[in-house]
Amino acid sequence: MTGEREADTLERDFQHTVDADQRIEPRDWMPDGYRRTLVRQIAQHAHSEIIGMQPEGNWITRAPSLRRKAILLAKVQDEAGHGLYLYAATETLGAAREDLTQKLLVGKQKYSSIFNYPTLTFADVGVIGWLVDGAAICNQVPLCRTSYGPYARAMIRICKEESFHQRQGYELLMTMMGGTDEQRAMVQDAVNRWWWPSLMMFGPPDDASPNTEQSMRWRIKRHTNDELRQKFVDMTVPQAEKLGVTLPDPELRWNAERGHYDFGAPDWDEFWQVVKGNGPCNAQRVAHRNRAHEEGAWVREAAAAYAEKRARGLDRLAQQQLATGGVA
Amino acid sequence: MSFDNAYEALVEPGTTDEAHWAFGTGFADQMTGVDRAVPSDADAGNLAAYCLMLADDALVFSQRLSEWCANSPELEEDVALANIALDLLGQARLLLARAAEVAPEVRPAAAPAHVPDEDALAYFRDERDFRNVRMVEQEIGDFAVTIARLLLFSSWRLALFQRLATSRDPVLAAVAAKGCKELAYHRDHAVQWTLRLGDGTDYSHERMRAGLARVWPFQPELFTPTPVELRLAEQGIAVDPADVRSEVDNVVDTVFGAAGLERPQLPELSPVAGHAGRDGIHTELMGYLLAEMQHLARSHPQAVW
Ligand SMILES: [Fe+2]
Ligand SMILES: [Fe+2]
Repeated sequence: MTGEREADTLERDFQHTVDADQRIEPRDWMPDGYRRTLVRQIAQHAHSEIIGMQPEGNWITRAPSLRRKAILLAKVQDEAGHGLYLYAATETLGAAREDLTQKLLVGKQKYSSIFNYPTLTFADVGVIGWLVDGAAICNQVPLCRTSYGPYARAMIRICKEESFHQRQGYELLMTMMGGTDEQRAMVQDAVNRWWWPSLMMFGPPDDASPNTEQSMRWRIKRHTNDELRQKFVDMTVPQAEKLGVTLPDPELRWNAERGHYDFGAPDWDEFWQVVKGNGPCNAQRVAHRNRAHEEGAWVREAAAAYAEKRARGLDRLAQQQLATGGVA
Repeated sequence: MSFDNAYEALVEPGTTDEAHWAFGTGFADQMTGVDRAVPSDADAGNLAAYCLMLADDALVFSQRLSEWCANSPELEEDVALANIALDLLGQARLLLARAAEVAPEVRPAAAPAHVPDEDALAYFRDERDFRNVRMVEQEIGDFAVTIARLLLFSSWRLALFQRLATSRDPVLAAVAAKGCKELAYHRDHAVQWTLRLGDGTDYSHERMRAGLARVWPFQPELFTPTPVELRLAEQGIAVDPADVRSEVDNVVDTVFGAAGLERPQLPELSPVAGHAGRDGIHTELMGYLLAEMQHLARSHPQAVW
């Protein structure tokens, strides 16, 4: 009975901390469900950063100016860094990076479905920066105040970098719109292809999103999918106008009464198809990651063997020194 | 910045891009305050040709290294190799701009006027006009080939740049001085991996040995001076690459010793009728590399990027 009461108290204290908008830190008590949900959510985010390197990395060797090449390479490199911070955050919850990587490789854990679409022209690089990094920011900015400390701190750093990715993407599109007719057509074509998948990045509609309520109570999610989607549309429409592109939604219009833009529903059948693995690039992305992982196995093994030899060598040295009284 | 409006950064005033990259794009305004006058006794054509050699080595190797992005053995290595590729790309950009600045005639006629010099030279030159050594254009290969090539190339270029930092051309001197810090990191990265692979597992030892064998025949070309380099070296503007041979040999032999590797006994890759990379005579791989790198820029010559 005492144990149960104790657990109740711990749980109450935990929720109290969360409700007061204070941070839960790695050594604090937390409910198992909270820990599990966080690991899954952060891992999925980390995997998204890593898989997301592929569609944009696709254009590094073909970038049409050296400045754009440098910006793109630096951006894709940033995404690898984001993956690293996030895996590190999961480790504070007791997860192991190898284990999470393995789950990604065998398809047991997901990554953002947006990366299962192909990058077909260089305008896609700009549109990904503008819309995909933009949607990611909308999703992630509230997480800078999320209840789990290491996650919140990782998100602050990541959001800062994502917002510059977005700015670079938008600047590329602006430049292209000021170029030739072919370039303008390229931008419009890319917007047509990425608009709906970007809206899908916020997840299914609220009535089809069962975990939201608990996650909101734990403050590891702070707005519903539909709220975030609306916010994204409201912010993006003026940007599209300034850019001079049309968003491919005939239902898109300002609703003065609501003070928001009305917009059409994404094709949720397509969304679920892509989530289930049948998107245009799912198999390719996962195969790519598996190939890189397998091809690198001998290198990682060599590094581990070398580190172990060094450690043993140092041990031996220390013991010799001890034996001969060499350590002062 | 406020976290309530995701788009705030789009209009944030007074910020330069530089500070906001996790690892930096590392190329903006590094040359502010550097004297750009060409030494009065220097032949502009020679100086430009020399800049192109150093630029093309960096540009082409950077292109190859960037192929590792999202393909390397671990995430940390994706970051590190991208960093090295970015450093080299930065060096290439400064040197290409310098070549066109001192001798505008090196700008290819095919490049439309609105294209910046660095892009005119990178994207609109034909294979025969590229002056890089043949080592850097070889296919990316496995990780051991990459490390072997990085070890030889960065040891050589660092030794060269350390001397070039006192060049009588102020721009070359500035580029070299900055490059030394970068190249010291590149060399260190290659050394660490050579040790791990050479002294890791039996299998990695064998792969590293094979990697060295793949790049070794290209290595003598690094130390073979062209008449342009010799002329400029005499004027204290360039470095005769033969002068860094013993230093590079020393570095490499020390690393091989610690890694339990042997210096390959392999002959030099022959030139073609006496001509090699510095003369614009490349291997078959160069055409494919340029096709990939240049095709988009050339398909839309009037475009702005
Ligand atoms: Fe990211
Ligand atoms: Fe990003």
